[in-house]
Amino acid sequence: MRWSWTDPRMRALVWQVAALAATLVTLWYFAAMAHQNLARQHIATGFGFLDNTAGFGVVQTLIPYSEESSYGRAFLVGLCNTLLVAALGTVFAVMLGFVVGVARLSTNWLIARLATVYVETLRNIPLLLQLFFWYFAILQPLPGPRDSLTLLPGIFLSNRGIVMPAVETTPSTAAFVLCLLTAIAAAIFIGRWAKARKLRTGESFPTLIVNAVIIIGLPGLVWLIASAAFALAPPVMGKFNFEGGWRVLPEFLALLLGLTLYTAAFIAEIVRAGIQSVGRGQTEAAHALGLSSGQTLRLVTVPQALRVIVPPLTSQILNLIKNSSLAVAIGYPDLVSVFAGTVLNQTGQAIEVIAITMAVYLIISLAISFAMNLYNARVAIVGR
Amino acid sequence: MARRSSLASRIFPFVFGLVVGAGVLYFFLPGPPQGGKVQTAQQPGAKPQPGQQGPAQPAGSTLAEVRARGYIQCGVSTGLPGFSNPDDKGNWTGIDVDFCRAVAAAVFGDASKVKYRPLNAKDRFTALQSGEVDLLSRNTTWTMSRDTSLGFDFAGVIYYDGQGFLVKKASGITSAAQLNGATICTQTGTTTELNLADYFRGQNMSYKVLPFEKNEEALSAYDNGRCDAYTTDASGLHAQRLILKTPDDHIVLPEVISKEPLGPLVRQGDPQWEDIVRWTLFALIDAEELGVTSANVDQQMTSASPEVRRLLGTEGKFGEPLGLSNGWAADALRAVGNYGEMFERNVGTKTPLGIPRGLNALWRNGGVMYAPPIR
Ligand SMILES: N[C@@H](CCC(=O)N[C@@H](CS)C(=O)NCC(=O)O)C(=O)O
Repeated sequence: MRWSWTDPRMRALVWQVAALAATLVTLWYFAAMAHQNLARQHIATGFGFLDNTAGFGVVQTLIPYSEESSYGRAFLVGLCNTLLVAALGTVFAVMLGFVVGVARLSTNWLIARLATVYVETLRNIPLLLQLFFWYFAILQPLPGPRDSLTLLPGIFLSNRGIVMPAVETTPSTAAFVLCLLTAIAAAIFIGRWAKARKLRTGESFPTLIVNAVIIIGLPGLVWLIASAAFALAPPVMGKFNFEGGWRVLPEFLALLLGLTLYTAAFIAEIVRAGIQSVGRGQTEAAHALGLSSGQTLRLVTVPQALRVIVPPLTSQILNLIKNSSLAVAIGYPDLVSVFAGTVLNQTGQAIEVIAITMAVYLIISLAISFAMNLYNARVAIVGR
Repeated sequence: MARRSSLASRIFPFVFGLVVGAGVLYFFLPGPPQGGKVQTAQQPGAKPQPGQQGPAQPAGSTLAEVRARGYIQCGVSTGLPGFSNPDDKGNWTGIDVDFCRAVAAAVFGDASKVKYRPLNAKDRFTALQSGEVDLLSRNTTWTMSRDTSLGFDFAGVIYYDGQGFLVKKASGITSAAQLNGATICTQTGTTTELNLADYFRGQNMSYKVLPFEKNEEALSAYDNGRCDAYTTDASGLHAQRLILKTPDDHIVLPEVISKEPLGPLVRQGDPQWEDIVRWTLFALIDAEELGVTSANVDQQMTSASPEVRRLLGTEGKFGEPLGLSNGWAADALRAVGNYGEMFERNVGTKTPLGIPRGLNALWRNGGVMYAPPIR
């Protein structure tokens, strides 16, 4: 290739290099300017603060943390709390969204209407207001721990959240888990074998029943012969609140509820659109072949609808994760609250803290996009 | 298509050149001004120099900027009775607000030349760092890290405070030592969060802290029973007890677990502006000591006492080095009165807060309020 301005490929290359250079120079310019300004204002810079002692407490820590831990550790605590609520929120929102989306298309008038009302209410009210509603209007006015409502025997709901017995291990836990894993492996093997046999000979095998017996029976035997594999440690009432047991904070509950219900409304619409995009002819053809309605949905409609559903579903999942940063408004210690809130304020290093926080959300989002794109490629139409 | 690309090819090098040019220029611009340069930028009595912007803006220019703008931007709280609190017409009152007004009077001779910027605990420091406010006068505790690594300078102490706890009377708790295992509500981004951790660690007690971004949320969570106690500066507790549904159902525990010297602060690196803020505060305290009040300031102009005359600018030229008129302190005193008047008007025993002078009395009267002399 010879250098020539009339060669479009050459021109494109020059523009691209120039654009890249301009971006880099601009970024460098901003960084240098920020650095100079910070130095002039005597504001500490750099990432050394991550090793300093945090000195503040956090109400929910999934990893060991104390006031003596470092700011870096506090960052991880916040990150874990964000990931927890985002992961559970995603799972619940997708499940609920599918159910509501399908319900909107139900031939049952009442169910379809209820689903419509759900979608139209939830997606039209700002999420922050919904969080306030769940937290300040529903969960906080609950009675105090001493007058807790009993949800199930041993499980209590109060304005301090849900508390339930802790599940503890016993000497036979290991044997139990081992048996369970073996049983699952066996069940998978039997399933494969039964499917292969059906394809080969057309004979059916009661896979479901046999596998259920294996999965429940084998570990159950251990439970009977040895001893209970798990022990329950119920919470006891202390001076202020229940002590011991497992607890779910009301802040977490409100955030999870809010994120799930809000996002599910959007997902429901996506699912409905996806299902409607599959031509009626497909359903009719499936019925003509003798497939039941359930089978038609599972084997014909949904696999084709997924192609339409997955790309916008990805956006909704990303939204849910980013919306989880509203946590700070209701006191849930997520990444933004702990790190971009308390740590930023304590250290004053706004640029570093915000840069790290943005990078974290970017990385999480890119990872999810990447995973969803892989999945999308799997469900997409395979060209022949 | 061909026309599009030829247009682009004409514009792009221009933009690119601009960006690169800016980058190169950056190298040749003078570095951060140091030492002597700063002083010359604003000679006493010099005309305000508007339009000095960009990275090379000399320190010492806050006063020039404020003058060019015509008002002071003062960071205050979002609402804390007695300290900085807006009424339903948007008029601000409180001791912190009075201090903003005093500085405005010293600079402009007019205490109304202030714009208040309500800031919650978490946002206040970024607002000062970024230049959104010229002065933060918002019940902020003077601590070493805020002074040294956040890039601020505290001008002094306007209120000596300490952290306490508020609990419900019905809980039967009468001392902080009974709070082992309690859940405690507070506001995020405060010294309060750290003191709490220190206190419970020191006492070998366990606790759960629930920090909220907005103070109202923390308070309402406590009121609703989500927390067993609410903690902040003792002054704040007294002020906020009053806004609870039934103030009489709550008591402030006797323990004070920290030192909270609250004071105004400015960005580090502008010694002139810092001096203006610092000496305005000192002048207010000195005036109380010298018996100069908002009512008698004009009579006192002719006072025989050289100390009073220096304070009020009838002797010596003490305003000039600050870049102000020599009547700066007199203007401030005429607007808000001396420190004692500010205290009694906003938080004193005759106000709903009903706080006695205590530590905040003058040093002569058993307190620790003490200002260096104007001479
Ligand atoms: N003095 C402490 C605490 C100051 C503080 O923010 N107090 C709260 C509770 S009294 C407040 O004023 N909140 C009002 C607001 O956020 O606007 C500090 O400097 O960190």
